Amino acid sequence: MSTTITTTASGYLLVLAIMWPVAGIMLSFVTSGRGVERLACVVLPVGFGIAVAVLIAVAQGGQSQIYVVGDWAPPLGIALRADGISAAMMLTTAIVMCATGLFAQGEFSQPSDLPEARSPVVFWVLLFAIWSGLNALVLGSDLFNLYVALELLTFAAVPLVCLKGQKETIEAALRYMLFALIGSVLYLLGAAMIYGAYGTLDIGLLSERVRPDPATLIAASLMTVGLLAKTALFPLHLWLPPAHAGAPAPGSALLSALVVKGSFFLIVRIWFDAMPGLLSFAAAQLLAALGAAAILVGGALALRQKRLKLLIAYSTIAQIGYLFFIFPLAAGLTAGIAWSGIAWTGGWLQLFSHALSKAAMFMAAGLIAEALGHDRIAELGGIGRRLPITMLAFGLSGLSLVGVPPSGGFVAKSLLLMATVMEGQWWWATVIIVGGLLAGGYIFMVLGRLLGSSATPLASLAPVSMRRELAALSLAICAVLLGFLPLRSSDFLQIGR
Amino acid sequence: MTIPFAFDIGTAMLLIAVGGWMMVAQGTMVAVIIFVVYGLLMAIAWVRLSAVDVALTEAAIGSGITGMLLLSAAARLRQTEVTSTLPSFPIRLLSGVLCAAITSGLAVVVLLPADVAPTLAPMAMANLPETGLGNPVAGVLFAFRALDTLLEKVVLLLALLGVWSLAPDRLWGGVPALDSYAPPNDILVFFAQVLPPFGIVFAIYMTWTGASNPGGAFQGGTVLAVMWLLVMMAGVVRAPPISCLRLRWLLVAGPVLFLMVGLAGFALAAGFLAYPAGYAKPLIVVVEIGLALSIGATLGLLAAGPPERNHQP
Repeated sequence: MSTTITTTASGYLLVLAIMWPVAGIMLSFVTSGRGVERLACVVLPVGFGIAVAVLIAVAQGGQSQIYVVGDWAPPLGIALRADGISAAMMLTTAIVMCATGLFAQGEFSQPSDLPEARSPVVFWVLLFAIWSGLNALVLGSDLFNLYVALELLTFAAVPLVCLKGQKETIEAALRYMLFALIGSVLYLLGAAMIYGAYGTLDIGLLSERVRPDPATLIAASLMTVGLLAKTALFPLHLWLPPAHAGAPAPGSALLSALVVKGSFFLIVRIWFDAMPGLLSFAAAQLLAALGAAAILVGGALALRQKRLKLLIAYSTIAQIGYLFFIFPLAAGLTAGIAWSGIAWTGGWLQLFSHALSKAAMFMAAGLIAEALGHDRIAELGGIGRRLPITMLAFGLSGLSLVGVPPSGGFVAKSLLLMATVMEGQWWWATVIIVGGLLAGGYIFMVLGRLLGSSATPLASLAPVSMRRELAALSLAICAVLLGFLPLRSSDFLQIGR
Repeated sequence: MTIPFAFDIGTAMLLIAVGGWMMVAQGTMVAVIIFVVYGLLMAIAWVRLSAVDVALTEAAIGSGITGMLLLSAAARLRQTEVTSTLPSFPIRLLSGVLCAAITSGLAVVVLLPADVAPTLAPMAMANLPETGLGNPVAGVLFAFRALDTLLEKVVLLLALLGVWSLAPDRLWGGVPALDSYAPPNDILVFFAQVLPPFGIVFAIYMTWTGASNPGGAFQGGTVLAVMWLLVMMAGVVRAPPISCLRLRWLLVAGPVLFLMVGLAGFALAAGFLAYPAGYAKPLIVVVEIGLALSIGATLGLLAAGPPERNHQP
């Protein structure tokens, strides 16, 4: 038996990270009118501050920060735990949240002298809920507590899809909900089986007790399949394009940048933390093969799209694929193999840079659609010259998606590429290269249109607020800056393992 | 063969038979009614497994509120039912194969380990005196795993907001319509006038006794919700507009109280969601009362559906 898990000095921050947005949700219900938006002006910066504080605490301590809730130590109680990847994920979430909040102020504002309107209240509550759910998901270390976090995330994400209230978006939301709920049920089934077999749900205790017997593998597979449905990995991606394209622009940004990453994070938790060493070579190859298929199919379908938002949604399917190379390439992480560390860093950088650039891209697409009144790619001609800041945001985030230096996406993809070579799994290298070409194809196709000759007269364009353009641009710049992080700082991602 | 054994075998067979009947039933409405029966049988099975708390929840939530939601959905879908067609044969085959695979996987897992499954139950019982509670389920929900319970209440609020968000913009702040259940009639009005006093007393008892015996805020809240729905459906009480601030406070009162008690633990006890020594049981009972009211309001409004009429004061 290991020693009892105890709270660390900065552990209370983990509670605040989850409960601060929850307080925002509760207050939103009872502040009508413009109150919710003002509330967001407080919730967002303080939430950002909490994420930074957790990051500093983890970095300075050089080890996980832990909070034992209610002073009941696992296995009876629940502990929250922030390691390197959770802290980094929290900061990414906070950055995207704040930029989205800045972008949405205006789009989701209450008219001051009218009664409370529907979409502003719903939007801000869902934004708080996604934040709280994601923080709970990256800090949870108990399989059932993580299920509750998943539910929080799902119930916040689904209404966001149909916030516009059109028939198609409600249909997309319903389809998303079916996939997500089947995913939840499979996860819960697996978690119940794990409890039946080991008598604990705590990830740390599980990792000491876990045995590679059929029951454990069935349980873990059920949980993984359920989470894959929520992550929209090929072939369970069918719900994603209409859902992510149908949501309002700030909603699409949150869904594509953050929500699908939450369930991916949990898959990594299961296979690297709860059951280290249990993922067989064949299973890891299968996960990566699905990722490869996602890269190729997602990229090819993105090339064929007629609408900008759908193109970006298909690009998300492809970019999610890269994340799954982490399973075969970083498998030796616990054994301390050097290139596993490289793949680990590459995988997480891909996640963070995609989160930043995809949020920026959806915002830019939203602004373009707002200015033009449509998002048909063939008729985007010359809009880039009218909206140079938006154009720049789209371009910079596109470069990161393709993997052009200097950008976070470039570093991520080159690290993954390097790991495939060192690991001797060259077949994934070809997919990474072809995937980059496909991404280049669809990004430059759009960029070409944006910069092309003008088709619409200036007068017919709706005005676009500079503040919202800058929100998109700042995220795109963050995605590029990620490429300048010294690689030494990647040790941070291994804190707590 | 003893009588209890025969009873258990009979219940199990009946469950399978009713489950099968639900599958082949013609018409959504019939299937939903069989589903309610299935839930009640399931509750009996849980009682036989000595899981009385689970049985109460199954009867109240699994069969009761879920049944109501499904009935309302079936009523709303009645017009479209004639035109809708069955899914194609390959899809039906695929879903059948998937269900069979999951069932057999479960069977393997349940039947495989010969030894007794490890459990935290003895540890939960051993630590129960520290909380002052008598019901180990309440101990798990409000002490050992209080964080899960608190977050689940937030999920419930989000579910309600999700339902409300389906309303058209112009009806936001309006009144839910309960016409889809049944038009008010004499029998309904009679029950709505007779049942609520008993129901409310029962709900109070359920919530109060939950600290020591099976029961608790969720079951008590469900009974409250059903009583409220009954009087609203009968037209004895008008459904409130969702913009009503008092209603909003009622919805969040329980979770807010729970969160504040939890945060007070930072200053007064061993930390978040810990209770000061000796005050655990009274605090938990207070939180449960608040939660029962909020859960009742939330579940009632969930079943009532999105606003469908403008509010006329």
